[in-house]
Amino acid sequence: MANLSIDFAGIKSPNPFWLASGPPTNTGEQVQRAFEMGWGGAVWKTIGRPIVNVSSRLGGLDEADRRMVGLSNIELISDRPIETNLAEISEVKKLFSDRAVIASLMFDSREEWHEMVKRAEEAGADGVELNFGCPHGMCERGMGSAVGQEPAVVRKITSWVKEVATIPVLVKLTPNITDITEPAAAAVDAGADGIVLINTVRSIIGVDLARFVPIPSVGYRGTPGGYSGPAVKPIALHMVSALARDPRIDVPISGIGGISTWRDAAEFIALGSTSVQICTAVMHHGFRIIDDLIDGLSNYLDEKEMHSVAELVGRAVKAVGEWGQLDLTYKVTADIDPRTCIGCEICYVACRDGGHNAIRLPAGAEDEEERRSAEAREASTRPRPASAETGRASLTPVSRIPSVDATQCVGCNLCSLVCPVAGCITMKEQRAKVEPASPNCRR
Amino acid sequence: MSDRFQLRSRRIELAFTDLKPLYSRSEATSEAQRCLYCYDAPCTKACPTRIDVPGFIKKIATGNIKGSARTILNSNVFGYSCARVCPVEVLCVGACVLSLEGKPPIAIGRLQRYATEPFVGTKVLMERRENVGRSANKGKPSGRKIALVGAGPASIACASYLTERGHKPVIFEKRDVPGGLNVSGIAPYKMHAHDSLKDTEWALSSGIELRTGVEIGKDVSCGSLLEEYDAIFIGIGLGEDSLLGIPGERSRFEGKRGGDEVEDKRGGDELEGKRGERVSAKRAVKQGEAATRGPGIFSAIDMIEKIKLDSTFNLDGVETVAVIGGGNTAIDAARELAHLGCRNVNILYRRTEAEMPGYAHELQAARAAGVHFIEKILPIRLLRVGDNPDGKLKGLIVASAEKARPVPGTEREFAAQMLVVAIGQAGQAEFISGFPGVKSDSSGCVVVDEKTGRTGNTKVFAGGDCVNGGKEVVNAVAEGKRAAIAIDEMLKE
Repeated sequence: MANLSIDFAGIKSPNPFWLASGPPTNTGEQVQRAFEMGWGGAVWKTIGRPIVNVSSRLGGLDEADRRMVGLSNIELISDRPIETNLAEISEVKKLFSDRAVIASLMFDSREEWHEMVKRAEEAGADGVELNFGCPHGMCERGMGSAVGQEPAVVRKITSWVKEVATIPVLVKLTPNITDITEPAAAAVDAGADGIVLINTVRSIIGVDLARFVPIPSVGYRGTPGGYSGPAVKPIALHMVSALARDPRIDVPISGIGGISTWRDAAEFIALGSTSVQICTAVMHHGFRIIDDLIDGLSNYLDEKEMHSVAELVGRAVKAVGEWGQLDLTYKVTADIDPRTCIGCEICYVACRDGGHNAIRLPAGAEDEEERRSAEAREASTRPRPASAETGRASLTPVSRIPSVDATQCVGCNLCSLVCPVAGCITMKEQRAKVEPASPNCRR
Repeated sequence: MSDRFQLRSRRIELAFTDLKPLYSRSEATSEAQRCLYCYDAPCTKACPTRIDVPGFIKKIATGNIKGSARTILNSNVFGYSCARVCPVEVLCVGACVLSLEGKPPIAIGRLQRYATEPFVGTKVLMERRENVGRSANKGKPSGRKIALVGAGPASIACASYLTERGHKPVIFEKRDVPGGLNVSGIAPYKMHAHDSLKDTEWALSSGIELRTGVEIGKDVSCGSLLEEYDAIFIGIGLGEDSLLGIPGERSRFEGKRGGDEVEDKRGGDELEGKRGERVSAKRAVKQGEAATRGPGIFSAIDMIEKIKLDSTFNLDGVETVAVIGGGNTAIDAARELAHLGCRNVNILYRRTEAEMPGYAHELQAARAAGVHFIEKILPIRLLRVGDNPDGKLKGLIVASAEKARPVPGTEREFAAQMLVVAIGQAGQAEFISGFPGVKSDSSGCVVVDEKTGRTGNTKVFAGGDCVNGGKEVVNAVAEGKRAAIAIDEMLKE
């Protein structure tokens, strides 16, 4: 079995799965239960001068029957006394000395930062995470994402913290910025020991059409919130990879953003994350998801014959490059498997109206009568090929099975993305007869 | 909407509950979201009225229920009834491509009910009529009058289309209540008569004149209709349930009068339609008034109507029932009896299960309700208490059958206190003979042009059971629409 333990800038953890700072790490009781179930670490709900939260804080984005593919929140940092949080950190750390406990902090002045970093260390935290990411509420008071959006301020506060810190200092960044590498580079330049990203994306998740109020609403008002959950994963993956590719960022990365499964986690790790942090998936399904996260990642590493998580870290980074480096002679075309096609013809209409019109219906398919008689003829005569997966012969009328005009297919993938049958439409590589040539070569 | 037509408040059918109850919002949304939204969708092609099935389902998924109802009703004014009574398993649902992937097909009928039920009786239909009217004829009346005979789904669908296009349809119905078999013949576990009637009255409410209690050919002559109206639509359904034509079937009085005329009805020029098997029209006409059955014997259509509309039908003393036939009416009758508590309900069919015209899914459901299906068996004669022709039924002599003919020497007794005959209904040859040029085929079905529904008389069109020999409500609607389009074209010329 692969070794799942990690060393993140000196912070040791039995596995790369940390609870991200948020509602699941609000109390010691929660973190203890999570650790009992196997979580490798926890970043405490951000500690600061206690605030008062509003009622109605979350809004969800649903897709078909799947609830909460996205989540927007307007909850602020911890509303509990600093002393209580620190006492509970001590208690948890005593009970679970092998787990990573990181104190997330958010303050204003140099003095406060100095004091709180010291108190967190005294409480037994393995590291501190500077919350420069929260995009709602706190930013209006010059904290959270207001810091993360100004590389100079990132640099200044990070260096304040480094003046006193003896434990690793992690800087958590906001994605609400044009170039994520700038605040990251500023943090590293100021001595940050690790970078954490992404915090939530500033968002309005919906509008209550009965009352004309944004969601979530506090009475008859709303405010933009922070977007998280599976839907933000692509944004996070891009930003993690951007830091992993940047030579200025020579510290470990803790990846966050829409991780729900071990597959998501493996992708973040392959793009350069040493640890991964999870919040929304736990808010949805509870701490119990850790079982599959650990099990699934472990099996995957075994399958890939990797002995540790470290071997996976950054494995896909070198394949990420500029558009101009792509090979213009590389060519794939779509291929529809008639054995598994169910004849919905969604690929046809997608390619015709939103693609490159390279999918053809069988001849005569537009003419209903001809099509019907063709179906009858075909059903009675042709022996049907069996699906490789199920061994069952397809019953789809041949007159409903589209085919790809390879001369028109640009290899965009759209048909394979809309096809409801897994594996029915595949993109087949066409052997290039010429030397690879990228746009940059042609410049 | 008026409460013009009253049903009895106590009806046996009210004891039946919905087999497919109305979906809740979450059920409907969830099911709608499973729909793939196929291009050129097979479900739509499988619908005789060509409802845009993926279109209306998509609207349910987005919460646009009114738009969904409109999509359905645009193609089928009886979209609500059809949602509940269509044999979707062999139509739209049977064509759902999800099945090809081993997934459950979309429950299209239940979604259609969900979309339409809240709007039955509302002004949605009237709005449609006005919209269509504005674009079709600038909302102006054409001044053309069309007489429609019979107030079943075919005529009402035809009239509905005609009203939208500014014409003036008048429906003549010999009974007191409109709706045809959609009101009196739908299995109660699919839809109750009051729901059918509500849907019927709603469809009629968009400006269709209905004259009940008027029998064409008796109260009003066919000739005067032809004279007074610009076009005629015949949607009169089928005739009486056919008789078995075996000894002991009719009461003594009837037996004396006409029993001797009845010969062996097996074989010959019988026709098997979707709804069952029929004795030829020629014979049915010859039987004429002789359809009065002896004690314990019911025609399936009559029995179902009694269950639907009556409160007096009872099953006291009935332990075993024999239902004769292999069509969907036979299966419906058997299922209803089983649901009413009959312990031993048997369908006796002279051919094999594979050959029966009834739907496999319906037979399966009947079996689940406890109905026994016995294939390759024929009734030979009936047994009555004390051998008295008017005595209580105690059973029948049956014989094994090969190719629907009795095998000599296999006769045996089959105890039954009730016999239901569902071997099809007679055609309407006699009625249509009142219209010059209108012809019927050997089974009594009105002969029409496939594309227009026009009969041999250029002014006369027909549709529904009297043309197709007994199919579904949805077929009647489609055929009514087909004729309406042709009538509209003709009147515009």
